[in-house]
Amino acid sequence: MTNALAYLGFGATGWAPALLLAALLTVAVTLTALLIGAVFGAAVAAAKLSGSLPFRIIGDAYTTIFRGVPELLVIYLVYFGGSSAVTALGHLFGGQGFMAMPAFAAGALAVGVISGSYQAEVYRGAYLAVSRGEIEAARSIGMGPALRFRRIIMPQVMRFALPGLGNVWQLSLKDSALISVTGLAELMRTAEVGAGSTRQYFLFYLAGGVLYLVLTGFSNRIFDASERRVNRSFHGALGRG
Amino acid sequence: MDFPFLFNTTGQLLAAVPTTLLLFVESIAIGGVIALFVTWMRVSGVFVLDRIARAYILVFRGSPLLIQMFMIYYGLGQFQAIRNSIFWVALKHPFECAVLSLALCTGAYTAEIFRSGLIAVPEREVEAARSIGMSGFLLFRRIIAPVALRYALPAYSTELVLMVKSTSLASLVTVWEITGVAQRIMTQTYRTTEVFLCAAVIYLVINFILVRLLALLEWRLSGHQRRRRDSLPTDAALEGTPT
Repeated sequence: MTNALAYLGFGATGWAPALLLAALLTVAVTLTALLIGAVFGAAVAAAKLSGSLPFRIIGDAYTTIFRGVPELLVIYLVYFGGSSAVTALGHLFGGQGFMAMPAFAAGALAVGVISGSYQAEVYRGAYLAVSRGEIEAARSIGMGPALRFRRIIMPQVMRFALPGLGNVWQLSLKDSALISVTGLAELMRTAEVGAGSTRQYFLFYLAGGVLYLVLTGFSNRIFDASERRVNRSFHGALGRG
Repeated sequence: MDFPFLFNTTGQLLAAVPTTLLLFVESIAIGGVIALFVTWMRVSGVFVLDRIARAYILVFRGSPLLIQMFMIYYGLGQFQAIRNSIFWVALKHPFECAVLSLALCTGAYTAEIFRSGLIAVPEREVEAARSIGMSGFLLFRRIIAPVALRYALPAYSTELVLMVKSTSLASLVTVWEITGVAQRIMTQTYRTTEVFLCAAVIYLVINFILVRLLALLEWRLSGHQRRRRDSLPTDAALEGTPT
């Protein structure tokens, strides 16, 4: 057993540096996905809230499809589909053979698209929670749409959306484990490689699982703290942690 | 549009639907039992049981399902003691491993959903039941469970839809359900978008039917919140009442 534990150390045969680096890559890919998802989510939320029927249908279709279809399938779509597109593009410039889409880009885009469908609902709910009276008040003193958005709507939407974004972050963090199927050496994939090459399957998946728990626990703390911070001027409000 | 290809693909994917449904049904049945047990531990008031339940929920909700599944499928088989034990009959099959890990994971999420349902049961209803002498299992069966189930149902519906999606991970431990078959066709034909669309439609239909069934159940269980036609006084009766 002591022998097996050496695999998780920092020594010559130790996997600790690789696993810690992989955990960082997991955080990086999830952060990128969250940012991509924010763009998709904001656009889809705007489409769903807009008065135009075609936009609403597109927005509804987006959230229904990407929340109703398995994450793994979306990752396959982006990875294989993206690779075909990259190959076609490469051939256009005189390349030859199959070219894979970079695994980091494919993974971040796939998880981002999924996280966008959840973020859209979060932003939509947050926008609807902004008091209509405040928007009318802003309009009545002559604020234009852009100024109104920047000064009145945006700050409040971000505050109302924070708890929901915390949930989306947790979801995306766990979805990011599925990116391992593209071969990106994030935490899940590195645990797999370590398990395979040392034949200590249980030990390595246990170590990977513990690192994921540390990541989710740590990010929970950060979100709790930022929720307290943005709500610090709203003493006694319902639902404060 | 290459209809023969779409037709052929959909046929192959539909053949995998029973596997997906079997994974789903078995894992939510076992997961439901686990959840009941964990909820009971969580609200038992016994410090040790409560702590164990909390730890269970934290671990299984805080780590990705895929790593849990690999730990059971690849990890457990590594120990000679387990390979010699009676559990090996089930654990040597990838399907049973997938069911076990799906059940353990949904058990943790569902336990929290059941607990939120329990919290929502009005204290005065329990007091009323106690005041007429109900206690123990009768109190639970007649008063607490029906009310808690009704409150927990919307969140439980969401969890069930997530579980349909989660069964796709079983393809990574060599169970040929819908996503696994779709992935195989994608790598064979390179026609990603078409295969994705066929599989997506199948999943959306399954989820749509599931959501409608649960909405029907919710409607059936909330009869007391709708206006009851037969109990309303009729016009004739109202006219006859002295004012």
